[in-house]
Amino acid sequence: MTTTAPGARTAAGALPTRRRPGLVFAGAGLALVLAMLAGVWVGALPLPPGAVVVTLLDRLLAPLGISVPGGLEGTHEAVLMELRLPRVLVAVLVGAGLAISGAAYQGVFRNPLADPYLLGAASGAGLGATLVIAYSPVQAVGPIGVVPLAAFAGALLGVGAALLLGTAAGGWHSATLLLAGIAVAAFLSAAQTLVQQQNTDELRQIYGWLLGQLGSSQWSDIVLVLPYLGVACVVLLASGRALDVLAVGDDEASSLGVHPGRLRLVVILAASLATAAAVAVSGLIGFVGLVVPHIVRKLTGGANTRVLPLSLLVGGAFLVLADLVARVVLAPAELPIGVVTAFVGAPFFAGLLWIGARSR
Amino acid sequence: MRGRQPAPPPAVGGARVEVVGLTAGYGRTTVLESVRLTVEPGGWLAVIGPNGSGKSTLLRSMLGFHPHEGLVRVDGVPTTGMARKDRARCLAYAPQTPVLPEGVTTGDYVTLGRTPHRPLLAAPRAVDRQIVADVMDRLGLGPMAERPLTTLSGGEQQRAVLARALAQQPRVLFLDEPTAALDLGHAQQVLDLVDRLRRQDDLTVVSTLHDLTLAGQYADRLALLSGGRVVAEGAPDEVLTAAALSTHYGARAQVVQGPSGPAVLPVR
Repeated sequence: MTTTAPGARTAAGALPTRRRPGLVFAGAGLALVLAMLAGVWVGALPLPPGAVVVTLLDRLLAPLGISVPGGLEGTHEAVLMELRLPRVLVAVLVGAGLAISGAAYQGVFRNPLADPYLLGAASGAGLGATLVIAYSPVQAVGPIGVVPLAAFAGALLGVGAALLLGTAAGGWHSATLLLAGIAVAAFLSAAQTLVQQQNTDELRQIYGWLLGQLGSSQWSDIVLVLPYLGVACVVLLASGRALDVLAVGDDEASSLGVHPGRLRLVVILAASLATAAAVAVSGLIGFVGLVVPHIVRKLTGGANTRVLPLSLLVGGAFLVLADLVARVVLAPAELPIGVVTAFVGAPFFAGLLWIGARSR
Repeated sequence: MRGRQPAPPPAVGGARVEVVGLTAGYGRTTVLESVRLTVEPGGWLAVIGPNGSGKSTLLRSMLGFHPHEGLVRVDGVPTTGMARKDRARCLAYAPQTPVLPEGVTTGDYVTLGRTPHRPLLAAPRAVDRQIVADVMDRLGLGPMAERPLTTLSGGEQQRAVLARALAQQPRVLFLDEPTAALDLGHAQQVLDLVDRLRRQDDLTVVSTLHDLTLAGQYADRLALLSGGRVVAEGAPDEVLTAAALSTHYGARAQVVQGPSGPAVLPVR
């Protein structure tokens, strides 16, 4: 291996950021904070940046009995607290959840093309949402909309069906599970299309949901998502070391004292729970779960103990920025965020691959 | 959950490995039938046999990766009752085609060998790092610690896999075709290394080897598998005979006595 760019690397082939993972984490954290600030500042009604920060500080410190004067008032405050902030927070949660799930799926299947929708979560959620949009007589159960509920249940049922089919067909090997997931996803997608074609009046609403949206985000969405996402993230973050062992193969993981099948089940369940929660409030936002883990690996190498937590931060920042673009580009109209994640994410990813190939 | 298992053998030196009545297969096809083997502590048993005779299946069954009937005992303790982690502390395994994860440094890879010695959620301790550094130095991998595993040469990668297995501080080392991907010189280097480590640490080694001459030169005992059974077991010059090669391999060969064991010379 030769190094063409002078000074780019110290030793041939050394991972560039090996000795400063702290710096990468600090950078990702800062990027997330800046993305969130940009997310609340920018919009149809521009808010004064200073006053926004003051208002946020005031709200954060209020439980401690400290009040910070000089914040926003009236409409400005309502826009910040009822529209922008919940939307940005939902974007952070959804982006973080999809990204860490994607990293976990890629680890568990030892397949760089895996993403959180691989085992039928997306098609299950799509069918659930389409069914209630088309047929449900009620819009909400208590404070929670029926569409998020149906999407959440559909995603879990989709993954559950894939796992059952996979184990029945031959155990916990990744190839069998993958094929079972493909079969389940294809079937559920076909069912979803069937329902959709019978209800062309709701086509626009169904498509809007399928392409993903954060426009209707409310505080109740955060309450809905947070517990599931929290539990899933704790499990996934704790699985990092075990996934690093699984990366050397099922037999070798076994010889190192890890149970590959059991680990695969736990990680898939946790990642699917996070995905189902994310999909329930945002619809099907593609590309985040696939690409963010790859971006993270370029930054910090392949160790899952670093890739998983870093995916949380980078995924959150990525989706907040994508949502910002979705709101601004065609203002006052909005682009579906799934279009933006692919439209911005794909060239960015391609560039990353190109730079990676050149510096090798 | 740990209460019911027998205590693992204390980790000193090589262990005696006994295989009794081991039967295994795939679906309805039986691949191994009532295999019986004994490997003395600190010995090197090479399992040889024609393609498809079940060498790898035997190794994988002995390690508990493949469902089987019969018993495998390590110093008299049946491995079936052992917790996976206890088993991992005495049996280490280097597969024929190891999966080399992307973007992982050689040092981190070798450190995976310490997994059975600490809780799965815990970070490597100072003692783990020390053991890993020692093993890597012994195998000449010290300077490669920070390099991604996938950038090493084939011979270096094979040594990294060995280092990972040795970092487990096992009592028995299982090697599935350790020389399969290597040229003659590198194959000899790896086998010399295994032999040196075996003598220094008093390790028991069980390997499959398809190269009969190398098997005859390095192992102190050979087991010839054919048709799912052990058809010959003993010292290399007892097992490697022209008659056995003709019967079980369908091969025409002379067996020549070399200075350190029999060598197989194929003839037209």
